[in-house]
Order: sequence, then C-alpha cells, then structure tokens
Amino acid sequence: MEGQIHRRNISGCGLAGMMSEDGRLMGGEAIIRSMEVLHDRSNGLGGGFAAYGIYPHKADYYALHIMYDDVKAKEETDVLLDERFEIDSEEIIPTKKSEAIPKGPLLWRYFVKPKVDFEDCGLCEEDYVIEAVMTVNSMVSGAFIFSSGKNMGAFKAVGYPEDVGKFYRLDEYEGYTWIGHGRFPTNTPGWWGGAHPFTILDWAIVHNGEISSYGINKRYLEMFGYKCTMLTDTEVVAYMFDLMLRRHNLPLEVACKALAAPFWTDIDRMKAKGNAKGDIYEALRMVYGGALLNGPFAIILGHTNGMVGLSDRVKLRPLTAARKDDMLYIASEEAAIREISPELDIVWNPKAGEPVVGELKNPVKKGSNKARELEETVA
Amino acid sequence: MKTYQLPEVRIERDKDRCINCGVCVRQCAFNAHKFDEDGEVYSEDEKCVACQRCVSLCPTNALYIKDNAPFVKDNANWTAETQKYIWKQAETGGVLLTGMGNPKPYPIYWDHLVLNASQVTNPSIDPLREPMELRTYLGSKPDHIEIEMVNGEPVLRTKIAPQIMLKTPILFSAMSYGAISYNACEALGRAATELGTFWNTGEGGLHRNLYKYAPNTIVQVASGRFGVHSEYLDAAAAIEIKIGQGAKPGIGGHLPGEKVGPAVSETRMIPVGSDALSPAPHHDIYSIEDLSQLIFSLKEATEYTKPISVKISAVHNVAAIASGIARAGADIIAIDGFRGGTGAAPTMIRDNVGIPIELAIAAVDARLREEGIRNRASIIAAGGFRNSGDVIKAIALGADAVYLGTAALVAMGCHVCQKCYTGKCNWGIATQNPYLEKRLNPDIAAERLYNLVRGWSHEISEMLGGMGINAIESLRGNRLHLRAVGLSREEMDVLGVQVAGSPMA
Ligand code: SF4
Ligand code: SF4
Repeated sequence: MEGQIHRRNISGCGLAGMMSEDGRLMGGEAIIRSMEVLHDRSNGLGGGFAAYGIYPHKADYYALHIMYDDVKAKEETDVLLDERFEIDSEEIIPTKKSEAIPKGPLLWRYFVKPKVDFEDCGLCEEDYVIEAVMTVNSMVSGAFIFSSGKNMGAFKAVGYPEDVGKFYRLDEYEGYTWIGHGRFPTNTPGWWGGAHPFTILDWAIVHNGEISSYGINKRYLEMFGYKCTMLTDTEVVAYMFDLMLRRHNLPLEVACKALAAPFWTDIDRMKAKGNAKGDIYEALRMVYGGALLNGPFAIILGHTNGMVGLSDRVKLRPLTAARKDDMLYIASEEAAIREISPELDIVWNPKAGEPVVGELKNPVKKGSNKARELEETVA
Repeated sequence: MKTYQLPEVRIERDKDRCINCGVCVRQCAFNAHKFDEDGEVYSEDEKCVACQRCVSLCPTNALYIKDNAPFVKDNANWTAETQKYIWKQAETGGVLLTGMGNPKPYPIYWDHLVLNASQVTNPSIDPLREPMELRTYLGSKPDHIEIEMVNGEPVLRTKIAPQIMLKTPILFSAMSYGAISYNACEALGRAATELGTFWNTGEGGLHRNLYKYAPNTIVQVASGRFGVHSEYLDAAAAIEIKIGQGAKPGIGGHLPGEKVGPAVSETRMIPVGSDALSPAPHHDIYSIEDLSQLIFSLKEATEYTKPISVKISAVHNVAAIASGIARAGADIIAIDGFRGGTGAAPTMIRDNVGIPIELAIAAVDARLREEGIRNRASIIAAGGFRNSGDVIKAIALGADAVYLGTAALVAMGCHVCQKCYTGKCNWGIATQNPYLEKRLNPDIAAERLYNLVRGWSHEISEMLGGMGINAIESLRGNRLHLRAVGLSREEMDVLGVQVAGSPMA
C-alpha cells in the first residue's frame, strides 16, 4: 500500500473509552466529543475509533473493514476472501467527505463466515480468521484489513479524531462500548492503516506510548507464530492480549500483570506474607518476561465483553477512570470524561500497572452461536 | 641446548630508587630477580613473564617491565612471535602450551556494537530514584502458565522447573580447585554468596571447607568426573555438565601431578601427585541421546530439585548443537566463546579453534526462537567479557546471563601473564604452592570481586535506565537497542542488528 512505511512509528497520543456494563447501546457522538477535548494530544496525523454492538443483525458474521488503494487491490483481495469465506454481503462503508478529510482510500465492509466448519474448535476458527487477515495484509499490495471482529468495527483515518468520527458518520451507529484515539506521531507515514485502533478479531487497542521493549516483545510473539508486519507498538499489544487471553487462557487481570509487571520487591513482600498472588506474579515474570511492556504506555483495550485500561508499571503516561451508574469511562484526561458526563459517581487515577476493568453484565459467549443466542434471549 | 629465544621483556631497575630490599627477589617465583655474590639485586630478563607482581610490590617504584619486542627483519609472515614458537618447539619437540584466552587480534564485536538511549519521546529512567531490576532466573521455563479461577481468585496450576535466582545477570565462570588456589575458590564462593549470584567449581570438585557456599555454587561434572559424589551433587544449587571450553574446544584437560597435593587429591578423589587427565569426550557421551541420559541421570540423582546446565564451546555449528542440548533436557546452556580463558591449553588450539561469543549468542538465540524453544533453556554466555558494556550487549543479543572468568581473576590480582599452566602464579591464584597461595588473602579477594560485580551492576542499571527500561528481561534479546558500526552485511545478519543510523525497526 502506498505510503505504508514498515517502520516503527513512535508517538504521543490521546485516548478515551466509554462502556455501558449493562450493554445499553449509545450513539457515537459522545465519544467524538470526548476525543475533541483531547485535540491537542494529537496532530492530525491519525485518529480512530472502535465500537462494539454495532452490527446486531449480523452478529454471527465476522465484519471485515478493508481499505483499498484501488480497484485492483479489491479484486485481488476478493479472490483470497472467496477462497476462505462465505461472503454474506459486502458494501461501501458510508462516509462524509469534508474539508478536513477530503479524500481517502476505498473503504469496504464485508460480513463473512469461514468456509471450513470448525464445529467444536473455537480457537481453530479464530486462528483461521487471523491467518486470512494476515495473508491479505501481507500479500495484497494496496489492501489492508483493519477490522475483523464480530458485531464490532474499527474506523480510522489520517486526520484529527473528531474529524475522523464525523467522516465515518459514527453518530449513525449504536454500540455499548466505544473507544477513541488521536495520534501525535513523531514522523509522518500518512497512512490510514497506521492510525489506531489496531485490531485483530474483536480485540481493539488504542495506545499512547513508546515501548522500549518492542524489540524483544516482537521476537517473543514471533516464537508463537505472530508476524508483526506493521511494526507498531500497538500491534504488539494486541497480539500479546490475543496470546495470553485467547490462546493461553489467562484471566484478564493476570495478563495485565504480565504486561505491566509488579516489581520484585512487591512480589517478595507478597510471598513473605503468604499471599498466593506473589507466586503467581513470580511465575508470570519468569515465563512471560518477553511480554513485559517496558517503557511509557497507557492503553485501552476493547473487546466483545468489556474494556480495559492499563498503564505501564511506573505510569509514565496519563490515564484516568470514572464511573457513573452502569458507565465506565477511561481517558487520558478527566476533562474528556467530564465533557460527556459532567456528573460522575467516582473518578480516580489508577495506580501504575493496575488495570481498570469493565465487563458486560451479560457477557456474550464467544465461539458458539447457539450459546450466544441463548445468552441474548436471557438478556 | 642453548636457547635461541629472545627475552620478551626487559626489566628496568632504577638504581637511584632501588634500596636493595629484596622484595622482588622473594616475590618472583620465576626467579627473574636475584642477588649477586655481593648481595646486590639484579634481573634476568628471559625469566620474566610480565606478571607485574614485583612492579606492584616494589616499595620504591624502582621497577619497570618493558616490552622487548625483539627486532626481527620486517616480515608480516615471519613475525617475532612465529619465530619464537618455532625456536621453542625446535628446542623441546613439544606442544606449545599457554594459559588464559585467545590473545589474537580477531575482531572484538563488542567494540562494533553501540547501545541506544532515550530522548524526548520516551523518558529515560533514573536508577537512583526508580527501581531497576536485574533479577534473573536461570532454568527451563514452560511456554505458558495455567491459572485456574477458584472462587474468583486466580490459582497457579503450573509447576515451574527448578531455577536459580541471580540478583544480577553475572556469574563466576568454572575455574577448578587445582587450576586455581584454595584461597581463590574461597574468595569466589564468598563473593558469589554476598552478591546473590553463583560461582562454579569447574571440574575440580568442592573442597570440604567450601560446602558452606554450596547454596551459591554450581558444581561441574566433567569428563574426568573428578570430585563427583552424591553429597557434592546434592549440595549444589545447580549442576553443570562440561562438554567443552572456549579456550580449547574439542580437547580434554590436564592438571599436572605437581599441582595435585593432599588437599587437591582429596577433593578430586585422585592419588597425590598423579596427573589429572580429563578425556576429550565424556566416555559415556558419544551422541546427543547419551548427553540426554547423563542430564536425566543427574536429575534423577538429585530428584529434579536443581537445574542442569550443559557447557559447550562456541564452534561453527553451535546453534544446532544448542538446540539439541535444549531438546535433550538441559535447563541451561552455557556457551564459551574462543576468548574464554584456561589454566592450560595448547597454544595452537587456543588461538585457532572456535568462534567469537558474540556471534554464537546471536546464532543460538535466533535458532532457539525459530524453533519455538527459547524458553526451554536459559543461555549463559562466557568468554572474555571485559566490562559491563560487553555484558549488557550480550544480554541484548539474547543471553540470559554472563560468566566471568578472566575478569574475576584480574579483579583478584591476575595480570594476564598467561603462565597459569606453570603453577607458579606470583599472585597466588593459579598455583598450589603454599608459599605463593598465601599471597592471596581470601577476604580481600572476595571484597575485590564483590566490588567489581557491584560496579558493573550499577553500570548496567544506568545503561538500562538510559534506554527507558527498568527490568533486565525487557532488554534480553532486544537487539533493536544495538546498532552496528563498521561491520559487514553478513556479520550484521548473524548478529541480527542494523547499522547505526538506521531507524528503530
Ligand atoms: S623490590 Fe624494588 S627496591 Fe626492592 S630490591 Fe626489588 S627493585 Fe629494589
Ligand atoms: S592467574 Fe596468575 S599465572 Fe595466570 S595469567 Fe593471571 S597472573 Fe599469570
């Protein structure tokens, strides 16, 4: 893809996320307003959003959002997709061009199901989808799948986040979780795919920071078969979550402790007090040392069943959280939260490495559609 | 036979300063200083090994040892050194022997690698204000852990194989009692204990009195099996099977009978005065599956309570060999590069066999990662580490920790005169002569070792903080923090590094 510079891009950023733990659907205008407050944390070189619950009528299909440089790239991609998926439908993603974002790549959306029937092997199906995404992204020049989860979608572009939100007409979507991001990259690839969120399956990451451990994080992931083709810190974070949560089945909180590991002095103290967590963290640091994200970062991770905010182990980048009724808010600055919810039950600054976790009260069961339907009728 | 060898050094004695006290005469085990019949001190240059003992101890600074590079007619091929070797062998018919590591001017890759530091976009971390973690666990790790949620609390279901925990990623390399003195062993044991790291017995067994340092001791099982018994294995923190040594890949060892006094004899379990010959291969290891059997015999013998290390020298096929060793069940792989030291080695082997440790670390780490088994064994790198810069670069290339041999000896007083094999070490290190041995005070030597490793650890912390990293595991194998200066494309490919000036990916 033109301008797709495979070079690591360090950046400062602003981020915000909002979630209804009741699963109430909310329009996209609030997150746009929230991001607008953080305008100065980005420089117009990238903005983006992810929303969950936006495709309820197609909830059983993987929603692929793809950007194409030209029609030829689409034709090539369609061949690869056809080989792998039943394509339920495809359409142009509706956008509204403006002075701020006058042009962009061709933006398409597909709803697909794998052609292979994996029956009881949820992991295999997801690995299949990941493989397909990586194949398209590495093989087809000028094509980039930037969203591949079910009942969720990522929307991103070069521009300020509020302009990107309007460009994608996010006010016309309704979701129970929204996350947003504005970039301040220190170099300018000017490529739409380089904006956040970075997604794989239903994981979407927005990220502010520069990870000094990138070199080993990347090599660590490669040992498990991940190809870090985009060379961004954010991609690495997304794969780390995928590896630990989906493939290694670690509880979310434990996975967060691998990424932002507690200090040995704290672990030793826990062990001395007979706190079983001390042993877990010790084992975690021994085994997942390559997963430790060292250096300043604040991230918001969105996924089907929730949202997580996390900062690095010494909190070198800002992160604030707040709750109001069923809502959880996480943002770089409190102002971004107050803008959309002036009254809050509680506001706090999470400690370094302490995850802020939001969870759907009625989680969506992944993998099996039957169980999922059941879940939805109960809800 | 009259020797044709020319003296390598010239001893200069400032007669205005010399007070004829005789310190140099008593200190020199090589008899380079003598009294003449009038009681005046004089020197014989050809006996001097340039160990600098007399220079260091002369109370009036009257001595100066000068390079006496003999003038041979300009010739890049027939240098003074090549001629010297020939004269020596023409006179003795023997194998040229030497001590310490490969001194040849091969490229030192450490000096072609530079480290990164943070500026603006990523704050550096000040180790004086913020925690800086160097703690390192050596041993086999699973590729994931299993956690079960019980009543909303996570419970660890994975039992991790035994590990040794180091407060700093630096250990003392294998140096046997016999090759080095009792006091040197004691100093190493004491320093390792105080530093929260480990020393290594080498193949000389563990002297009775040193069992108190056993929790910080790695014991070696080498081809001669000297000093190996159940108590020795049980006491240790870890066991190392020695297959090879960087200074002399492919050959065994030879401790001359003169060095085998009563204490060495008892510790090694061999008769007093007998040569201790370690065969080149272990006579029960002729293939990788034999190695696996020995690894598991040792694990069985110690009831799977401690990690088993396998030490090899860095040779051409080191990556594949290391992979085999990891698959054979080793928990740690120690790789010794061709600059690794020795008490005694044939000069031609020391100078011509093996490969630099930098390339070996890079190749092994890359290979184990390609095969998805890097977690199965830790890597200790050895072979000529000179300072903390070398150590941190080794870790960035992919080593878990580093063994110090020569640097530890230098800290204790060694001046790298390469005469360890003579047993006449004037510094009391590589000797069993009670008169010489007494010169090494174990308290002082231990303190010097402690200071050295402490200093290096501080420097490593500073450099890590500069890179914006506060835990050593985030640098391990993180080659993006290294850049190459003055290396060929092929060398950079093996090292897995980019040229300085290229961007961060
Ligand atoms: S030690 Fe120094 S002062 Fe004493 S005899 Fe030797 S050269 Fe002279
Ligand atoms: S240990 Fe002693 S003999 Fe060996 S090189 Fe050092 S000073 Fe010389």
